[in-house]
Amino acid sequence: MIIDILSWVFLTAGGVFIFIGGLGALRMPNLYTRMHAASLTDTIAAVLIIGGIMLQAGLTLATIKLAAILLFLLLTSPTASNALASAAILSGVQPEEGKVERRERQG
Amino acid sequence: MIILFGVFLLTLLVITALAIVRSESLFAAVILTGIFSLLMAANFFLLDAADVALTEAAIGAGVSTVLFLGALALTGERERGGSTNRLLALGIVTVTTLIVIYATFDKPRLGDPDAPVQQHVGSWYLEKTPELIDIPNAVTAVLGSFRGYDTLGEVFVVFTAGIGVLFLLSARTPGRPEDFVAADEPDQGLRHYLVPRVVGRMLIPFIFLFGLYVQFHGDYGPGGGFQAGAIIAASVILYALLEGEARALRALPMRVLKWLVAGGALLYGAVGVASMLLGSNFLDYSVLASDPIAGQHIGIILIELGVGITVTGVLLCVFHAFAARGKV
Amino acid sequence: MYYAVTIATLVTMALALVRALLGPTIYDRLLAANMFGTKTVLLLSVVAFLYGRPDFLDLALVYALINFIGVIAVLEFIREREDSSGAKKSAGD
Repeated sequence: MIIDILSWVFLTAGGVFIFIGGLGALRMPNLYTRMHAASLTDTIAAVLIIGGIMLQAGLTLATIKLAAILLFLLLTSPTASNALASAAILSGVQPEEGKVERRERQG
Repeated sequence: MIILFGVFLLTLLVITALAIVRSESLFAAVILTGIFSLLMAANFFLLDAADVALTEAAIGAGVSTVLFLGALALTGERERGGSTNRLLALGIVTVTTLIVIYATFDKPRLGDPDAPVQQHVGSWYLEKTPELIDIPNAVTAVLGSFRGYDTLGEVFVVFTAGIGVLFLLSARTPGRPEDFVAADEPDQGLRHYLVPRVVGRMLIPFIFLFGLYVQFHGDYGPGGGFQAGAIIAASVILYALLEGEARALRALPMRVLKWLVAGGALLYGAVGVASMLLGSNFLDYSVLASDPIAGQHIGIILIELGVGITVTGVLLCVFHAFAARGKV
Repeated sequence: MYYAVTIATLVTMALALVRALLGPTIYDRLLAANMFGTKTVLLLSVVAFLYGRPDFLDLALVYALINFIGVIAVLEFIREREDSSGAKKSAGD
């Protein structure tokens, strides 16, 4: 019973965060602010939703697979945002406040 | 409720397709093609076709986008303006659409048990799989054993495609010397970008391991040779993107890749010939072991291995052919 | 209980698609595509449980692993382009 309530709370909170992320990606003014909205909400929503499903699944093989999915999402989603921001800076897309120098090849 | 989800995803698919056709920047079209492939995989998943969805996921999300970007690096990034007769094209498309819509009036309903595809051979396969082959995944049973000859043809099609691409892209282009400016710079991939590099290198063995899991788990769940080949190729492509072409070619040189391309198809054919030599028909796996069902299991594992090896080799050859072409 | 999450995910996929269609630079579109990928992973996990087929989680696992190869490929592509244009500039001086 308490597991059901807990997982319901997690899933709903995850859904709310996903929707906030989508809204942020659409309405934010600049590329970098959109990236901020999308990647933060992706991560927290992934943790909440997969956590909620894992509570429902109990101790089976499915839980281990879900834990693996969560681990890989936590690793790759922020890295992808980092790579995207690097590519954007390299290409010269400027953030709104404070200009960025074009990156010199220093290593 | 699932019908609503399906319809919603299909609507998004149509919108994406329209955007792909209408966009003039080819870069944007490539990214939208990635989204298209994701939507198709979700649709296949909702229709319960897990093996197809897995193949679409493995190939469309990783390998296909990388190959398109490799092609864009060699050609331009904007589409040249269309010049053909637009009214004629519009007319042909309209007529074809009306014919196809007319043809759907005779289509059976989704999941109809009286549909022709559920009668005849389909139900025979589903009945006989536990008795003759005894693996839980009926798709692999049909693909590997009942229709093994068709799958042999598919492997040879993939093989031929690989050879064709190598012929086309390995030709030396006559170039001017001032184009080859960066010849003294060692190619270095993303080595200066630490975060993608560290995380990517950490993930490569897991992707490879997962590819092996999908390869050998094809009997029991969604999986099999095609999907596993794409996943393993994706892991090596990730290494090549992170560390540069030169190191990737030192890790898996082209001659090993060419052996992989030919070796997989050879393995498949060898299994067929072995069953002929053991006294039965071509690709009849029952004679490969003393017990016919064990023989079927051995046969299916071997041919899936052959398929996986060929698909890995071909995808990597095509990737290297694109990626190494712009450089001397 | 899973229906609310599924509907929220589908609506966000539509919003991400709008960003992919609108986005003035290609990085906006790529951001939307990446977001789409992670939403697909979550959608597949939830629907796999909704319809009682937990052995379809392999599909979500594949996406979680392979989705970011596309973004890395774009970074490599941009780096290659900037490097070669930078090298041509310095060679032409």
